[in-house]
Amino acid sequence: MARKPRIAFFDFAGCEGDQLQIANLEERLLDILGHVEVVSFREVATGHSDDYDVAFVEGSITRPEDEIRLKEIRKNAKILVALGACAAIGGINCLKNFLAENVYREEVYGSSARWFPTYAARPLKSVVKVDAEVPGCPIDPTEFARITKELLLGRTPWIADFPVCVECKQAGNVCRYEMGRMCLGIITRAGCKAACVSQGAHCWGCRGLVPGANLDAARIVMDRPGTSRKAIQDLLRFFLGDTGAAL
Amino acid sequence: MAKTAAQAPAKKAGKTAAKAPAKPKKAASPATPVSTPPAGSVPGPKKVRVHYLTRVEGHGNITVDVEADGTVSTCRWEVPEAPRFFEAMLVGRDYADVHHIVSRICGICAIGHQLASLQATEDALNINVSEQTHLLRRLALHGENLQSHLLHIAYLVLPDLMGVDSILPLAQTHRDVVLKFIAARRVSNEFSRLICGRTTHPQRMVPGGFTMFPTTEELQSVRTMLKETLPNLDFAVDFFATLLDRFPKFERETEYVGLVSPSEYAMYWGEIGSSKDERRPVRQYRNISREYIIPTSTAKWTKNMGESYMVGALARFNLNAEHLMPGAKAAAKKLGLKKGCTNPYMITVAQLVECVHTVEESIQQVEELLARGIREEAPAKPTSLCAGRGAGAVEVPRGILFHFYEYDDNGRIFQADCVIPTNQNHGNIQKDLDALVPQLSGLSEKELELRLSMLVRAYDPCISCSTHCIDARGLDTGARSLVRINRKK
Repeated sequence: MARKPRIAFFDFAGCEGDQLQIANLEERLLDILGHVEVVSFREVATGHSDDYDVAFVEGSITRPEDEIRLKEIRKNAKILVALGACAAIGGINCLKNFLAENVYREEVYGSSARWFPTYAARPLKSVVKVDAEVPGCPIDPTEFARITKELLLGRTPWIADFPVCVECKQAGNVCRYEMGRMCLGIITRAGCKAACVSQGAHCWGCRGLVPGANLDAARIVMDRPGTSRKAIQDLLRFFLGDTGAAL
Repeated sequence: MAKTAAQAPAKKAGKTAAKAPAKPKKAASPATPVSTPPAGSVPGPKKVRVHYLTRVEGHGNITVDVEADGTVSTCRWEVPEAPRFFEAMLVGRDYADVHHIVSRICGICAIGHQLASLQATEDALNINVSEQTHLLRRLALHGENLQSHLLHIAYLVLPDLMGVDSILPLAQTHRDVVLKFIAARRVSNEFSRLICGRTTHPQRMVPGGFTMFPTTEELQSVRTMLKETLPNLDFAVDFFATLLDRFPKFERETEYVGLVSPSEYAMYWGEIGSSKDERRPVRQYRNISREYIIPTSTAKWTKNMGESYMVGALARFNLNAEHLMPGAKAAAKKLGLKKGCTNPYMITVAQLVECVHTVEESIQQVEELLARGIREEAPAKPTSLCAGRGAGAVEVPRGILFHFYEYDDNGRIFQADCVIPTNQNHGNIQKDLDALVPQLSGLSEKELELRLSMLVRAYDPCISCSTHCIDARGLDTGARSLVRINRKK
């Protein structure tokens, strides 16, 4: 029998909520585990090996030393998958990129700020080639299972290439713009079934820009009477700080 | 003390034997030495590096210095997690976004961060929320604590007690126990999902209330699920009662800090209580979580009356045990856990007792909500925005969590401070390691690794949370290991 694909999980700066979503698959996780061998999953298991086929990497790169480790992972893995918003698009960590480095360091660490070498937060793809991504903050466990299955079958996994608005209409939500609120569903990649809008919030853009997002048009839509430029900027920086969308 | 050290090898031998058939492909030791001169053959200082403490959230290591004769001279607890600068990222942000940002501090206790954040924001901006909102938020906190505790007990600690690497081999050898834990955990996730809409980074909770509400049917199903979970937890309690002799014997007096309330087992609100100090209102949190840095340490530590203090399930139990629900009291009795316990390895046992308490109290609160009837109410708004300061404190799985914000006249953050439980425990972990040192001499590296990592793991450290954490060693050592053993000639 052919060797089972060996998979490994790694994390950089992030909340590890995406690995938790995978643990939360419970029984479905056991199904997946029947087809693979997990060689490294630090959050739930002791034991580690550098011999793996697929690496799932969570979190952003925020320090020069992270690059070395990520390149090592890239070298070992046949397929490298960015897991979640921090890894795929930089996500919330990029909020700090809009602050002067000495400011954010001193804000948190005061006079000891010089102890911590960090640089602007960035997604994995700024450092190495990424073969696939599981978008979202947090990831959708079902989408993770599907993407993993497609990877194991040797296919290039498909992720939605249309905006959240499509799924939001299917979910029967009232458009946030109709309610005089802002929403990033118009430029954000779908696949979440408009999870946040359906819960009464608006889209924050956690799944990254949809291919071909028309940012100029989006800014015109967002820039309406009663909306401050600051509010637009805040929303565009929330998750999209590393993209061209952020003002 | 010496006796315990002598017992450990015998116990360990049995565990290793049990491990072999379960996971033949894995290295026998969780350690992956990367620069180890062959043991015994090369004279001179010995250095073993082990990548990251496993089965904890975040990155941490323990460095152990061993003399040539096997005497352990020092153990150091270090945290090389990448700092994320959340407090700085909050500056200038609108009050409506703040809890969504801090939620991302931690994927495990996202709800706890949101709740502490909402409390601080509402305190600062004078937003008064309804009784229903408080009840729903209490349930949200219960759901998350249950989920996190079960993850820690079954997935992270149980493998140590059974002498295996992870829960996976146990699914074969102890299927009934594992399935009961998995079932309980699924219930906790479903419970969270029905109350908050999503288990991680939920969207329903906002300053002033909720944007969506569970339906009566959903609450009824929560009640049914929770009632069905109680027998599973009883089973888990009975099972753990048989494992008590596998918890290392180790006692160290320390200060216990947590929320206290005259009327309940305080989780959602209360005053700051201490086993050695007077009670304080939450706004005075800085007086109790005094942070300091010492040259040889890697993380900011906190202290109050003594050299260090402990937060978390055992601290809460030691402060508030008399307020536990009846079933939880019975569980504590079965597990031999008594108020005043000073063995940090027993944190896991206290968590199990809290699981029972959480489920019992949640059932009560769901009943109350059902009796009142769920009303769809719009979130309360601040009457007028004006600059203000506010503090929030909730008991999250790993202990007391403080958020403190100062807002400007536009409802935007001027300054923020988050004090995370794991950071408050760092100093206590180090002091425990210091006290443990005399018990460690003569142990093999594998035994050292297990004894030390079990201690740290007992605290359930959530290092990704520790926004304050400092890796004072910086880049120079490339220190990225858990138990690093330096053996001197």
